[in-house]
Amino acid sequence: MATRYFGQPIKRNEDPRLLTGQALFTDDVHLPGMLHVAFYRSPYAHARIKSIDTSAAAAMPGVVAIYTATDLGDYWQPGPLLVPPPPVKDIVFNPRMQVPLARDKVRFVGEPVAVVVAASRYQAEDAAEQIFMDVELLPAIVDLEAALAPDAARVHDDLDANVNAHVIQRKGDYEQAAAQADVVIRRKLHYDRGTAAAMENRGIVVDWDARNQQMTVWDTTQAPIPIRNGLAAMLGLSEKQVRVIAPFIGGGFGPKIMMFYQEEVLLPWIAMRLNRPVKWIEDRQENFYATTQERGQVHWAEMALTRDGKILGVKDVFLHDAGAYAPYGLTVALNSQCTLLGQYDVANYTSEFTSVFTNKPIVTPYRGAGRQHGVFVMERLLDIAAKELGIDKVEIRTRNFIAPEKFPYTNEIIYQDFAPLTYDSGNYLPAMQKAVALIDYARFIAEEQPRLRAEGKHVGLGIVTYVEGTGIGPYEGAKVTVEASGRVSVATGIGTQGQGHFTSFAQIVADQLGVAPENVRLVTGDTSEFYWGAGTFASRGAVVAGNAINAAALAVRKKILKKASDELEVDEADLELVDGTVSVVGSPQTAIKLGDLAVRANPMRGAVKPGTEPGLEATDYFGPERGATASGVHAMIVEVDPETLLVAIKRYVVVHDCGRVINPMILEGQIHGGVAQGIGNAFYEQLAFDENGQLLNASFMDYLLPTSDTVPRIETDHVETPSPLNPLGIKGAGEAGAIPVGPLFAQAIEDALHGVELEILEIPLSPSRLYELVQAAKAS
Amino acid sequence: MQVIDLYTIRLTVNGVAVERSIEPRMLLSDFLRHELNLTGTHVGCEHGSCGACTILMDGAAVRACIMFAVQADGHALTTVEGLSADPDKLHPLQAAFRETHALQCGYCTPGFLMTLVPFLEENPQPDEAAIRDVLSGNICRCTGYQNIVDAVLLAARK
Repeated sequence: MATRYFGQPIKRNEDPRLLTGQALFTDDVHLPGMLHVAFYRSPYAHARIKSIDTSAAAAMPGVVAIYTATDLGDYWQPGPLLVPPPPVKDIVFNPRMQVPLARDKVRFVGEPVAVVVAASRYQAEDAAEQIFMDVELLPAIVDLEAALAPDAARVHDDLDANVNAHVIQRKGDYEQAAAQADVVIRRKLHYDRGTAAAMENRGIVVDWDARNQQMTVWDTTQAPIPIRNGLAAMLGLSEKQVRVIAPFIGGGFGPKIMMFYQEEVLLPWIAMRLNRPVKWIEDRQENFYATTQERGQVHWAEMALTRDGKILGVKDVFLHDAGAYAPYGLTVALNSQCTLLGQYDVANYTSEFTSVFTNKPIVTPYRGAGRQHGVFVMERLLDIAAKELGIDKVEIRTRNFIAPEKFPYTNEIIYQDFAPLTYDSGNYLPAMQKAVALIDYARFIAEEQPRLRAEGKHVGLGIVTYVEGTGIGPYEGAKVTVEASGRVSVATGIGTQGQGHFTSFAQIVADQLGVAPENVRLVTGDTSEFYWGAGTFASRGAVVAGNAINAAALAVRKKILKKASDELEVDEADLELVDGTVSVVGSPQTAIKLGDLAVRANPMRGAVKPGTEPGLEATDYFGPERGATASGVHAMIVEVDPETLLVAIKRYVVVHDCGRVINPMILEGQIHGGVAQGIGNAFYEQLAFDENGQLLNASFMDYLLPTSDTVPRIETDHVETPSPLNPLGIKGAGEAGAIPVGPLFAQAIEDALHGVELEILEIPLSPSRLYELVQAAKAS
Repeated sequence: MQVIDLYTIRLTVNGVAVERSIEPRMLLSDFLRHELNLTGTHVGCEHGSCGACTILMDGAAVRACIMFAVQADGHALTTVEGLSADPDKLHPLQAAFRETHALQCGYCTPGFLMTLVPFLEENPQPDEAAIRDVLSGNICRCTGYQNIVDAVLLAARK
């Protein structure tokens, strides 16, 4: 394959529509006769429902229907378990999935209890305010450790304890390693919840065409095909009767994935029952409760080392906050468990987690998906060990790097794709060296920092590493078609939420077929265009769908060569595909436009020969045997104001390795955005729940997102270690920017406040929390 | 059944005269999106803090989600479609956003564009600090802002 476009910073095909307000988002769908839906949601975190009174609401203007759980009949079912338990010995697994509307109990603030359908959204919301629920309040389970107390109230009455799962995984023998260690570091670390806060809230529009027996669903989902499959099964329809369209989506970041949100289950049922189109658009406050969240964990971790800083083993025991229901299996906790060891060669590892039910919103993956926590624990233990042993923080890391000749490198434990965790490829030292050079590490330590400290400034440097398992299976597929116009259409099953798929995938096809990327029209996220697929998650779109598209384009290329060789009566090897034509090499006058060839391949007379197919079209699939492991280094210099404890980022450096790069412009954008979310996670964003499970900061006034004056310019550099697991050699990049920012902040702030015996063992921080920590450190 | 009086408003939107009878409580963002079908104006928070719904009223940037449509009576509005609604003929600022990869999901983008139009009219040659200051009232969750800053610098150069 000629790589004319692969690797180039091609401007995005999708931008003109987005920039001119001409791109279709879910809330832009207007249908004649459409009704609007609003929800009555539980104001209590944990309560038994005694009665629900909808009579006043039903009498409100414009109200068409109100439904509670009992109205749903047999349609009322807990949602499906999306990811089964991993094949780990002695696993405890108690799946409990969300229900369409709460029936006997409410289990988190915001859980849907009743649904109102009205002529306008205003009227639906008015009516929802007139619904009254009488309850018996139950103690709210908020704190992870208290949740496991023997006398704790139970989120799910049928369980003996608030345990969603218990998993132990081992590599080697940690206890034996610890017995031989010169030093063992032990700490308790916290990581608390945040929210993805995509700028577009969720929404769904459903049109049921009773005469045609066809349903069309516009849904802000990252996984339209699984939604189609699930809805068809729930509604008793054929999959061919349900078309799910994920149009332009205003940010996904994980929580828009296929968990079968209650609204996704209810709106299609309502549309069929009322035989009217219905629409529900989440508002921002609802998004803070009703959309899934992530990050709550508590770790008790220890690291055994030799005197010269060689890690002998790591042991980690942690609690994972699953929220009120756990439809997504153990993906997040497994990611924490499997990402912890990072870039380091650790022979002995014991990791044990308990996933805990709480009376808080449901937890599913959010950009990073548990990897943050593992990286935080490991990097913090290394920092503490470095300090204790008197070893430079870069040095202790490089001493423990997995050597390049050890790849593929196995950590033996079971990963989220249920394969033993094996890094496909990697080369960690060059990335660290680049980061050290870019941030000018030696000069900062030797000259800059002492000079600035002498001036009374509190400046510090952080440098941390991480790996990211990306591009997991099971598979994706694509159909590539050369049309009579000469344009190429590509359909794939994944959805798109801003990753630039319309461009990067077009680049892959353009190289295979010798056309310009702007002449490749991509359709993603429409189940009527492509039938099979899983979705956009786990940094897998480019890897899995990208390789499927490459395979399908390659198959079309072969058809073009075969057909042209017949037409021109030359050997296929003498043909080339250039500028939308196929011609004999060196004889441009022989060129046939691909559109014309497509017409000849689909004749009106004559016969398509047995064993061949009409047209220039092919469908192919790609399923990697396991995920590809990307990696990187982040480094940052901060200045901390000792009075206000505000942290200003002076420089931020990312050196990243995601294998071969399709479009470096898009890749940089993914890194910038990931880092910005990481900064928010580390220093601005925290969901504040009180002891009753009430969220105290459910608005953008109170939940601080990073803004243009807090996110610095990000300097990037790259190392390319191709993945051997796919023909394009690529690894995923979507989550990398967000993963290591927590420990980076912790390390840099400790360095900046060097006079204070401060040890930061929690994320998120904030100026006020940092103030408390500094005061406590000074007092002790 | 309770009856809500309708108010008739007359205004100009993207240079076109508009007259509609609406409920007084209808938000301006809903009026633009659902009455006039100008769906390029997006709603991110409905409490005036994210900036996605920013439009121009008489040339000044305002947030359509915290105004009632009746408050726009007699005024001239410009939405993102008023910059250019033709994907083949981008406004220079729209073109600069494409050039520097200043958008990913594109949901917040119309609000950024409409915030920047009056800013660049008043500050034709802004420095990065001034740009970051004016952008700090708009939230983007995808880009980390750097490429948006670069788009403004590029548009100012042209």
